[in-house]
Amino acid sequence: MRKQLMKGNEAIVKSAILSGCRAFYGYPITPASEITEAAAFYMPKTGGVFLQAESEVAAINMLYGASSAGVRCMTASSGPGISLMQEGISYMAGAELPCVIADITRGGPGLGNIASEQSDYHQVVKGGGHGNYHTIVLAPHSVQEMADLTALAFELADKYRNPVVLLADGFIGQMMEPVEFPKRAVAPRLPHWAVAGTADSRGNLISSIHLGCDELEAHVCNLEAKYRRVERNEPRAEDWYANGAEIVLVGYGIVGRILKAVTAEARASGLNVGLLRPITLYPFPSLHFQRLAARGRVFVVVEMSNGQMVDDVRLALNGVRPVEFLGRAGGNVPTHHEVLALVKKLAKKYCPALEPEELAHV
Amino acid sequence: MSSAMDLEYTAAQSKPKAFYESFERKEELRHQTHYCPGCGHGIVHKMLARAIDELGIQDRTILISPVGCSVFAYYYFDVGNVQAAHGRAPAVGTGIQRSRPGSIVIGYQGDGDLSAIGSAEILHAANRGENITVIFVNNAIYSMTGGQMAPTTLLGQKSTTTPDGRTAEHEGHPLHMSELLATLSAPVYIERVGLGDNKQIAQAARAVKRAVENQVRGLGFSLVEVLSPCPTIWKMPPVEAQHWVRDVMEKTFPLGVFVDRTKESRPRAATNAAPALEEIPRILGTRDEDADAIDDVPALRAQEVDLHVRVSGFGGQGVLLLGEVLAEAGMDAGLEVSWLPSYGPEIRSGTSNCHVRLASSPIDSPLVTHPNVLVAMNEPSLKKFSAGVRPGGWILYNGATLPAEYERQDIRILARDFTREADTIGDPRAANMVMLGALLEIAGTLPQASIDAALRHCVKQPKWIDLDERALVLGRSLCKQFLERGAA
Repeated sequence: MRKQLMKGNEAIVKSAILSGCRAFYGYPITPASEITEAAAFYMPKTGGVFLQAESEVAAINMLYGASSAGVRCMTASSGPGISLMQEGISYMAGAELPCVIADITRGGPGLGNIASEQSDYHQVVKGGGHGNYHTIVLAPHSVQEMADLTALAFELADKYRNPVVLLADGFIGQMMEPVEFPKRAVAPRLPHWAVAGTADSRGNLISSIHLGCDELEAHVCNLEAKYRRVERNEPRAEDWYANGAEIVLVGYGIVGRILKAVTAEARASGLNVGLLRPITLYPFPSLHFQRLAARGRVFVVVEMSNGQMVDDVRLALNGVRPVEFLGRAGGNVPTHHEVLALVKKLAKKYCPALEPEELAHV
Repeated sequence: MSSAMDLEYTAAQSKPKAFYESFERKEELRHQTHYCPGCGHGIVHKMLARAIDELGIQDRTILISPVGCSVFAYYYFDVGNVQAAHGRAPAVGTGIQRSRPGSIVIGYQGDGDLSAIGSAEILHAANRGENITVIFVNNAIYSMTGGQMAPTTLLGQKSTTTPDGRTAEHEGHPLHMSELLATLSAPVYIERVGLGDNKQIAQAARAVKRAVENQVRGLGFSLVEVLSPCPTIWKMPPVEAQHWVRDVMEKTFPLGVFVDRTKESRPRAATNAAPALEEIPRILGTRDEDADAIDDVPALRAQEVDLHVRVSGFGGQGVLLLGEVLAEAGMDAGLEVSWLPSYGPEIRSGTSNCHVRLASSPIDSPLVTHPNVLVAMNEPSLKKFSAGVRPGGWILYNGATLPAEYERQDIRILARDFTREADTIGDPRAANMVMLGALLEIAGTLPQASIDAALRHCVKQPKWIDLDERALVLGRSLCKQFLERGAA
């Protein structure tokens, strides 16, 4: 086996180029700047385009242009920059243009801070721009997944002609872990719908405008049909000792890693705890939750935000099981000790069948 | 009609090939546009279509329709069409042109689009000298939305949002985009023309063609501002509106060439050709031979390694590097590893720390809140992290003596002035590697070959490698001495 120790942010760029990405337009922002810097270094060497835009608004519209021309393209930003890109993301979703956006989240609202938070969930997962659309959202929890899910993001973006967001936090972006890349690079291909400045593509039109009410409704219905296909085919989640667990921890990204440590410790102390880690946040892996509700007595959502994912977990469970929440904000990270303390408290409340000696020291 | 005149009439009135045969914007009027009678857009469309015909670039042309009355330009132009968000056409055009340099990208924008909401995009595209052509149709008003003020609205001109007329005091002066862009070094050609009479229209047609031709020649950014009538919103009959362009608008927006660098401009050098696909993993450094062969060391894995290390100190002490060499060595030895730096404000204020884990089984959390080894390169680090050290764990402290408040009976503490120790072998800056040496002695599991390989991977300059190797040896011996003293 051969691996390289690498930062998550660098792994994204290498994976993107191996996936056939040949255009990167970005604007610097902590903690996503390494992605832009790595793209500036590698894109020109691999026959691609790199340009630092005048703003995130311009960057996403440059992607709109590159994608219209049939080029696999990406950008990277964080909270405030993603807010500025929402206009362009809505246009791209409306015009059914594929692209990949890496959001390496930081603290908010407003200028907030540059520490890791997971508070972009709403603006990314719920589609922060105007109109009836979704972006597909993937949430890596390791450097290997930064590489793997970047490759998947380009596939899904093209397959569904839709923007895909890679939602990672500052920890995953800055962290180094061993990573393995595919042996071969994917060859860029020109999609049949692209406007590429050629005789063959002259008849093509990229547009998000549908002026008639019926015309726009038909377009929205088509998009909805596409999203139903996405929801059917693409939900992904990691089940970590969750099957049969009475207490199901729920967390994505770096929190998923912390919850793995909690799960190990809780199970070692005799508690029937497991972890369900959503990998796709849209489509949300609702069926995974419903399956685990058969044995799970309580679901505990842990986030580095004010609980932006909780509603999706509640909707997935549709009231059949209680949902508890533990959140930290501002760049603070839930420690596995505080999660463990909550788990023990909830065990007492929801799992009365546990042996008394197990609860004695709770 | 004489045959010569007949020919002239045909030449003047025939439909350019770059237009579709029939226009489907209005189903009942297949050969008319959706524009109002007397609107300038139809005239500008026709001169642009004719320029595309004459330059023989129909297949290569990509027209970017804006937001505004000309949002439906793609119903008329039989070219590649992209519709863009309000004001963003220059950014969209940049994205197209940079990836498809063989295409001819024409942005078509109104005055609200280009001079208000898109003022940043046009300024920067012009400043980069993008090889695109911009047709800027200025009618001094927001027409599509019903007649609100534009940045180009004349002083005194009434609009629905300046019901008493625009004033310099309240709304500022009309914005002169051509003059503004002419201050930049990159644009090749900027001209303002009008549609105020036939003579002006003939000049406008020449300017539009030149602006497109410059792009065909690869010269760079060209923009033609066209003063254009809007009889409907101006509430004037078409002929009066046309004369208003010439008699009134032109006084605020004088016609003329503001930039013409076509003679001295040269086509830009072609970008480097794309490498062969097979070359890409080599360029990215992702081939097998670029990666570390991970030794399968069953003996090491059988030892149940589970190292949680926190390294902390001032920025510049090599805190992150210490952690990186440790992680790299662990990976080389076949262990699972993670390295997580502090980042952001902590670095700027001068302290730095990282979390390193080495384990024989997959690593759950890369965060180290309870280290079994704390490497504290200064006292603030001790203050911050020493309480979290696991019972039975270690603190390596860079200081001759441990301040009394950090004494703990349930852990082992090696306090030493590692900076001075490093100085004795040549450079105090090698203190981090002396401390790493001590740490490796404690951990005791990593093969020397993996440590050597990691050092060479992380430290690029040969003069440092030699020093660092000696520092590691020194650190190990300091730790051994400490252990022997403890045993005795």
